[in-house]
Amino acid sequence: MQSIILATATRILMPMLLLFSAFILFRGHNLPGGGFIGGLVASATFILHSYTYGVRSTLALLRVSPRTLIGVGLLLSLGSSCVAFLYGKPFMTGQWGEIQLNAEEIWHLGTPIFFDIGVYLVVIGAVLTIILSLAEGD
Amino acid sequence: MILAAVVSVFILALAAPWLQRLLPNRAGWVLSILPLALTVFFASKIPQINGGQIIVESHAWVPGLGVNLTFYLDGLSLVFSLLICGVGTLIVIYSGGYLSGHPNLGRFYLFLLFFMASMLGLVLAGNLISLFVFWELTSISSYFLIGFDHQRESARTAALQALLVTGSGGLALLAGVLLMGWATGSLEINELLTRADMIRDNVLYIPILILVLLGAFTKSAQVPFHFWLPSAMEGPAPVSAFLHSVTMVKAGVYLLLRLSPVLGGTEIWQLTLTLFGATTMVTGALMALVQTDFKLLLAYSTVNGLGTLVFLTGLGTPLAIQAAMVFLVVHALYKGSLFLSAGVVDHETGNRDLSRLRGLSRQMPLISVAAVLAAVSMAGLPPLLGFVGKELIYESILTASGLRWLFGAAAVLANAVLLAAAAIMILRPFFGAPDDPHPKAHALALNLWLGPVLPALLGLILGLFPNLVVQSAVASAVSAVTARPVDMHLALWHGFTPLLALSGLTVACGALIYLMHTGLRRIAQRGAWLAARGPAAWYFGSLERLKQMAGWQTRVLQSGYLHHYVLAIVLTTLALVGYTFVHKGGFQFSLEIGDIRLVELVVAILMLAAAFVTVWVPSRIGAVVAMGVIGYGLALIFVEFGAPDLAMTQFLIETMTVILFVWVIYRLPKLKIEFARLQRLRNALVAVASGTLMSILVLVALSVREGSRLSVFFAENSYVLAHGRNIVNVIIVDFRGMDTLGEITVLALAGVGVYTLLKLKPEDSEAIKMPES
Repeated sequence: MQSIILATATRILMPMLLLFSAFILFRGHNLPGGGFIGGLVASATFILHSYTYGVRSTLALLRVSPRTLIGVGLLLSLGSSCVAFLYGKPFMTGQWGEIQLNAEEIWHLGTPIFFDIGVYLVVIGAVLTIILSLAEGD
Repeated sequence: MILAAVVSVFILALAAPWLQRLLPNRAGWVLSILPLALTVFFASKIPQINGGQIIVESHAWVPGLGVNLTFYLDGLSLVFSLLICGVGTLIVIYSGGYLSGHPNLGRFYLFLLFFMASMLGLVLAGNLISLFVFWELTSISSYFLIGFDHQRESARTAALQALLVTGSGGLALLAGVLLMGWATGSLEINELLTRADMIRDNVLYIPILILVLLGAFTKSAQVPFHFWLPSAMEGPAPVSAFLHSVTMVKAGVYLLLRLSPVLGGTEIWQLTLTLFGATTMVTGALMALVQTDFKLLLAYSTVNGLGTLVFLTGLGTPLAIQAAMVFLVVHALYKGSLFLSAGVVDHETGNRDLSRLRGLSRQMPLISVAAVLAAVSMAGLPPLLGFVGKELIYESILTASGLRWLFGAAAVLANAVLLAAAAIMILRPFFGAPDDPHPKAHALALNLWLGPVLPALLGLILGLFPNLVVQSAVASAVSAVTARPVDMHLALWHGFTPLLALSGLTVACGALIYLMHTGLRRIAQRGAWLAARGPAAWYFGSLERLKQMAGWQTRVLQSGYLHHYVLAIVLTTLALVGYTFVHKGGFQFSLEIGDIRLVELVVAILMLAAAFVTVWVPSRIGAVVAMGVIGYGLALIFVEFGAPDLAMTQFLIETMTVILFVWVIYRLPKLKIEFARLQRLRNALVAVASGTLMSILVLVALSVREGSRLSVFFAENSYVLAHGRNIVNVIIVDFRGMDTLGEITVLALAGVGVYTLLKLKPEDSEAIKMPES
């Protein structure tokens, strides 16, 4: 029997929490936050969902298996570190580009953000793999 | 050019399985084109090398460590290269016939060519480390080749035995090589050759010698490491012919010859090599005499051949080295031919038992010709090259100083026994009356008889015209080893010399031994219990003991109890860090207390209370929740001290941990482990000690704040270099990104590991069945 409180709360909180985790991920470079924290918040969100609706429906919501997330995350981090090779630089040298937003502001975009996204995905994948496997039971 | 030659064989090896699938019946012929081309290539270098030139080709590999892919082509390498490529060509062709229809033939070609490339690299190596790399590559490819018929357990055991024995010798060789490099300052062979005195006069000369000899003796099957060679006969005939008679086992001899100018010339070198060599020579011959299996007889006679080579290298005189080089060629020709013939006999009749084979000369005339010629060369009878070789051996023993009579007697005995063994191999099996009076001749494909016949014929031709051998770089090989120019004249007939008398004596003794051989075999069988205690038994015994020790150690360290693991980790940390503290006098911290804020006090009291609850509360879930409170308290401290990233991470991780523990405890069985009072005291002591250690560590870390320039560097460059204002995140993602990459890999592995442990249930292991052996 589902708890009504949990169900209602989850329905409202989930989108906000997921947005929040993405927000933490992207603000990490200049303000407190980052890939690890964002990933943990996102995993907590999915764990909340699994408490409410069951592990099977959480896995269906995810659509990809958590282990795939681990692999993709690792690949992304490794790939972003290898971009430096294309410019003849040592492994993991951050490559940065600039985008002119308007007259005063320049937006710096670089490989570390992709590294952080990779970390984000690995954390979600690993934590969900562990906890959902435990929660799934026999 | 030489690099291209070696690499081309590696590439051909990779292409071999595909080629085999493309041309199932002709792959052997096609694949043999490259070794043949290489033989021609090396033969073309003969005039150059004979003229005294040495070709050195150097490619940088790890210049910082003095390791280069250098190739060094002189007479010695040239002779070996010609043998490897020439015999290799025949072996590849032969394999196509011998293993035709075998499902793994493509893989076989891969391993064989890979071995050939490694062996070629070994003899051409001009840098000690690249020599070592090729040395080990030959051991590995030999492992795959011996165990080719991997469904048979005996093949697997033999392959592992060869690998372990030659591999441990290889380790010793590495140590010796590194010491040589350290003593002379260079790992390049051509530089080593000029700095020989630096090694000979060095205080480490004897250790270097022992280590190098260990490597050479294990590879070249000297007593007491000879036992792996007969076991290696588990491999198919082409493997036995190529690796275990013509090339790989000679690698040790090559090394000794190559390092003769550097390590040789001392009394201990001479004594060790001649003694071990002579012992191996006699042992191999005697053991060959009592064998009834065709291949085992040949294997033991190879042990004899290797012993002879080591013995001659040890003697060291120019004449002895001449004898060694000629015998090298002689042995390669007759042994290769005999092994391949044995393979054909096995392939056609299914029988390798010499006491039961009969009348083969009528069933396979061509092979009989080859086998007879090769056996006559092995027996050292004219006009085969084997006779020339044997005469040279006797001559070098007679002209050497030292234990002439002892070595002379050993050599005569060994050669007499060898003659008897050759007779056992040939007389009755090939010319005895067969049970079936009109056996039909087996039609043999070209690729099956080319291999045996060609080397045997070459043995005859070279015996009749021995100076052809001299012209084919053997003379320059001798000059390379003895480090001075040498004039060689070989002839079949020297006149009535004492050498001829010795040869006559050998033949007489050999004939006598042959006539008594069945009786001798029966005596040997009664002494079989002695063999069961020999070096092979030591090998198996030490392997058994190693496994038992590993089992015991695993049972102790991996008891299955979590508290054992935690105890081990905590105690080790305590011991190591504590020792460092005491040893380096690190107890420097100040205990002065500054202003305490109310928030800090409250949080500290909460954490302490939670700690007490954790230890004393009877329920597991209660303990986990109390630990969560401690974690949250820590996060609050982070917030108070202005570390928002740390605080956020700590809050989230603590929550996750509590969730995780609750799920785990929910699934744990209801049993409880009760500790005895003494054990609880022990646990308490360890806990208090580790807590004290951590506190002291934190206090010491606090008082050693100054002097770190890293935080200044990060603060200044975080925005400038990495376009980020959050220094912590920039460090994680950019400055120290490598650590983070490692961390997420570990995290990934932990996730996968937990998943595997949870999903693999004991009942499921029924689905995993071991293949029937």
